[in-house]
Amino acid sequence: MDWQAFALSLRLAAVTTAILLAVAVPLAALIVLGRGRWLAAVEALATLPMVLPPTVLGFFLLVMLGPRTAFGRGIAALLGHPLAFSFDGLVVGSVIYSLPFAVQPLVAGFASVDTALVDAARLLGAGPVRLVSSILIPLARRSLLAAIVLSFLHTIGEFGVVLMLGGDIPGATRTLSIVLYDQVENFDYAAAGRTALLLLGLSAMALIAIYSTSRNRGITRRA
Amino acid sequence: MLKFSLDSRRGSFHLQVECTFASDWTVIFGPSGAGKSTLLRLLAGLDLPHHGSIALDGRVLTETNSGLHLRPGHRQTSLVSQQPALFPHLSVAANVAYGLRSLDHAARARRVDEMLDLVGATDLAARRPQDLSGGQSQRVTLARALAPAPRLLLLDEPFSALDGVASDALLIRLQIWLRESNVQTAVATHDATDALATSAEVLLIRDGRLVALGPASEVLASERRRLLGRLETN
Repeated sequence: MDWQAFALSLRLAAVTTAILLAVAVPLAALIVLGRGRWLAAVEALATLPMVLPPTVLGFFLLVMLGPRTAFGRGIAALLGHPLAFSFDGLVVGSVIYSLPFAVQPLVAGFASVDTALVDAARLLGAGPVRLVSSILIPLARRSLLAAIVLSFLHTIGEFGVVLMLGGDIPGATRTLSIVLYDQVENFDYAAAGRTALLLLGLSAMALIAIYSTSRNRGITRRA
Repeated sequence: MLKFSLDSRRGSFHLQVECTFASDWTVIFGPSGAGKSTLLRLLAGLDLPHHGSIALDGRVLTETNSGLHLRPGHRQTSLVSQQPALFPHLSVAANVAYGLRSLDHAARARRVDEMLDLVGATDLAARRPQDLSGGQSQRVTLARALAPAPRLLLLDEPFSALDGVASDALLIRLQIWLRESNVQTAVATHDATDALATSAEVLLIRDGRLVALGPASEVLASERRRLLGRLETN
């Protein structure tokens, strides 16, 4: 088992999820509470990575963050190294790739909160930040949990973007899904089976955690 | 004094009302779909009119010509709707305290006690909204709306879940408190008995237009005759 790749995958998923929450909560609140036709374009852009083939997204990011563009050169000058083929680059790619998996559950959760409650909070002086923190998030807890778990798992299982943008550098960009690909390519099916089982176990445990939380709170309908 | 001139379109409905409420207690009377709730939402600042202005005691709250629109919560205006919208994840006391963020803890607790006492809901402080009856929820919603000390209170058929005796008792206590606290009130109702119960100024509204404004005895004379006629028939 490649524990270095395992630790890197967990680190990448944790950092990506934390950044995604900071971005997705205000973005989802804006989509739900905002007014204006331009919000449809914002929602479409936030959903785009979901329908885009990961290799296409990875290719665009590789070109954009590489030395071929002024933006890529600027970032490299700022950080002292190019973003492509680095852990930081993987984080950027993962945040963009997993954005819809954080935004969509939150939009659905926030939109399900009764508008009368939102109006009541606004009438009592709540601004956007208090409205989100004291009303929308507590009343859409399950959606928040779903956003966290989906973002984390989606990042753990990411392959196309990681391979295009990060390559296969041990300790820097080699994640579990890349290790699995390498093992299959080398016909090491026993090791590939263990890696695949680990990825499967992680996903299953996280989903069981979500559903057991809902059941404990009596949210899920019992048969 | 509340002065407004509003022009608002929503789908096929067109509200166009220009009016001044000089009385402490004004009843907005009209059939369902007349535009009462639309008017209250505009006055509360929850919706923006296409054209028009709203001023409370000379302070401009909304003026479309200059692009001025004070956000709800910054207009010293409270609105209580027919359906109580209590925050389900907070206790009754926390609901009432929600709009009192600027007060320190002790002052906030005193104000919550005072408001719950006013509406006869002191014993409900620790309960959750889902454990309340419809009438209790309406009382708590009223207490929450009054807690931040508004200058203008807008009530949209707020006592519909209370039985007649409880509603009358609360109304009397509320009117005294509002008068003493210098709070101007506008109550929307489609029930003529509610409108006639108070010696108030009445705004009669129909299809989004002002039909009449004046004392209840004059504006609702025909409604009064209709109700009396029904009693005699029975």
